[in-house]
Amino acid sequence: MLEGRKDIIKRLQQDILQWQGIHRPADDSLIQTGLGDLEQAFPGAVFPTGAIHEFLNMKPEHAAACGGFLAGLLSKLMQEGSPGLWISRSRQLFPPALARFGLRPEQIVFLDVRTEKEALWAMEEALKCEGAAAVVAEVSELDFAQSRRLQLAVERSRVTGFVLRHDPTALSATACAARWRITPLLSQPEPGMPGFGYPSWRVELLKVRNGNPGIWELEWRRRQFVSRSRAAGTLDDTVRKVG
Amino acid sequence: MALWFRNLKTDWLALRRPELTAVPVVFTIPDHNRVILSAVNGIAAGYGLCPGMRLADAKAMVPELQVFEDKPGRENKLLTGIGQWCIRFSPWVALDLPDGLLLDISGCAHLWGGERAYYREVVNRLQSKGYQARAAIADTSGAAWAIARFAARNPIVPAAGQGNALLRLPPAALRLEGPVLDRLDKLGFVTVESLLKIPRSNLRRRFGEDLLQRLRQATGETTEYLTWLQLPADWQERLPCLEPIRARAGIEVAVQRLLEMLCVRLAREGKGIRTAVLRTHRLDGKEQAVQIGTNRATHDMFHLFKLFELQIGQLAPGLGIELFILEAPHVEDVEQRQEALWAGKKSLQEQAFAELLDRLAGKIGAKAIRRYLPREQHWPERSIQPAQALQEKPGTSWRTDLLRPTQLLARPEPIDVSALLPDSPPMVFRYRGETHHIRHAEGPERIEREWWREAGEHRDYYAVEDQHGGRYWLFRLGHYHREGGQWFIHGFFS
Repeated sequence: MLEGRKDIIKRLQQDILQWQGIHRPADDSLIQTGLGDLEQAFPGAVFPTGAIHEFLNMKPEHAAACGGFLAGLLSKLMQEGSPGLWISRSRQLFPPALARFGLRPEQIVFLDVRTEKEALWAMEEALKCEGAAAVVAEVSELDFAQSRRLQLAVERSRVTGFVLRHDPTALSATACAARWRITPLLSQPEPGMPGFGYPSWRVELLKVRNGNPGIWELEWRRRQFVSRSRAAGTLDDTVRKVG
Repeated sequence: MALWFRNLKTDWLALRRPELTAVPVVFTIPDHNRVILSAVNGIAAGYGLCPGMRLADAKAMVPELQVFEDKPGRENKLLTGIGQWCIRFSPWVALDLPDGLLLDISGCAHLWGGERAYYREVVNRLQSKGYQARAAIADTSGAAWAIARFAARNPIVPAAGQGNALLRLPPAALRLEGPVLDRLDKLGFVTVESLLKIPRSNLRRRFGEDLLQRLRQATGETTEYLTWLQLPADWQERLPCLEPIRARAGIEVAVQRLLEMLCVRLAREGKGIRTAVLRTHRLDGKEQAVQIGTNRATHDMFHLFKLFELQIGQLAPGLGIELFILEAPHVEDVEQRQEALWAGKKSLQEQAFAELLDRLAGKIGAKAIRRYLPREQHWPERSIQPAQALQEKPGTSWRTDLLRPTQLLARPEPIDVSALLPDSPPMVFRYRGETHHIRHAEGPERIEREWWREAGEHRDYYAVEDQHGGRYWLFRLGHYHREGGQWFIHGFFS
């Protein structure tokens, strides 16, 4: 009797997740992001593909950190060789650098748009297309209605979308599956070696739908994410409130 | 079909200056130190003026004569314009200088409901535009030419009837040179019929091979080759409309129908469209065109239609469109797809992605879509090259042994740098009002300019990390010297 009730609750929870547009992918299409214990933050401990992720980027200098982290993620998503689309207004991303993150730069098609409106139109159009593995758009503003449109598009096509928000002025609630903030972290060079060490980031998951936000410190080593150490700090309250 | 514009130049002038329709008008050209008439209008001809007359004589006869200077090559230009317009009646239009056009109308007339209706349509349309045109339809261009100019009645010659139709016409109808005509006239040949009674060998001896050749061309014994004004493209479909089309829905139907026709042909031959042009001929004689391009050759009707759908808004139908022409100037072999029961997931995805890019290109522009391949050059700005096609593979591998920034500034920005020693890595730099204390630095990596392309100094690159973990790519232009080499920031590492 008790077991039965637990099962029902579990099933209902699953149903709720389904209704919210969070599907657990079939086991054969599970993607190993190698994010380690960061994945525990997501519902079902699986990185949500076929969803919209929002990346906040408060300072222009941090765009590189964000781009690097994203390149690492994309390399896992695009392992099958399917192409990705990168939409931006003023593109600074330097394709040769993507090769360091295990991503073949020729797999990415860049689209240079003139306005934010065009960027969002192109992103929605691309998200409806099953041919792309991932779509990245660099915009600064994204309101709830726009994010909802994008979310509805991916729910049908199962494409993963990333919205890079540079210098956002208004942080309203969005329909995205997760809100991230990536900032660079002082690297730890290996003793006796010149220069700086591996790319390292402070990865903040400010908001996760049905998950647990938190802060992690990650490095990119030998073509995968390596957790540096679980950060002791808690989330910056100011950002969390507005998010 | 032959068209004859009796008063081509004066009609053209009257179109531009309507006040000249009711007065005698002539065009003149200088010729051997005198000025002679080159064209006269109907009223001037009524006074007895004709081309070739001296202007002084003409002025004496008609004092109120309006005189305009003629330009060489004007008739060519005018006829080319009218010929382009006539493409709506037939794709094969040839110039017949100085005052006519020849149209090959095989297989065209039935679209207008027979030769008689076709003839009427062409002549009426030209008349309503203001050109006095006479037309004739015959099996050979020679016969049509003759009948348009010399026959008073029956402009439409039935099939194989050109021999009889020519009999009553003067020898000038055979397109002969002046001296030959003079001689024929002197000998009393007033009709073509009288010529035909003479044995051909005698004709050749007396009047030359040219006469016989013209005779054979007119009767259809030899073929005459014409130079067409505009060769119709191999992959072209035309859709004339009985009623001019103005609504978007109508245009869409027309495009769909044209695509259907073209795609069936393309599919049969295993070809696909890379670029296609839709030309519309408007009722008022204007021509508009929209173009689409695809990233891979395709004959998928629905996809092509979607691409055109984005462009149709640019067409302004005005009073209405009467002819649609769909051309595919760039056609390539299609990669044959296996008709499999289980279409591979990947190939389907590739197809979908190519179609997505076509749609994006249609809206945002093909130039906005870029994909990069590595190039074996060290200079950072030139180490990548845009790919030409979606399927193009890199010819060389991407280098991962060199540190390259994730973000590269389009143009390096100057910064203030202080270093401990002239040649040591930077210690502190200021960028956008912020001071960065450098913790770790790597370098220099010297990159020389390609002297065969441009002059300038080399760059010494340093990869540095500041106290907050920000990682930057800086360089010093040239060697260190007393004023201090100029420093720049060129990128950000992740």
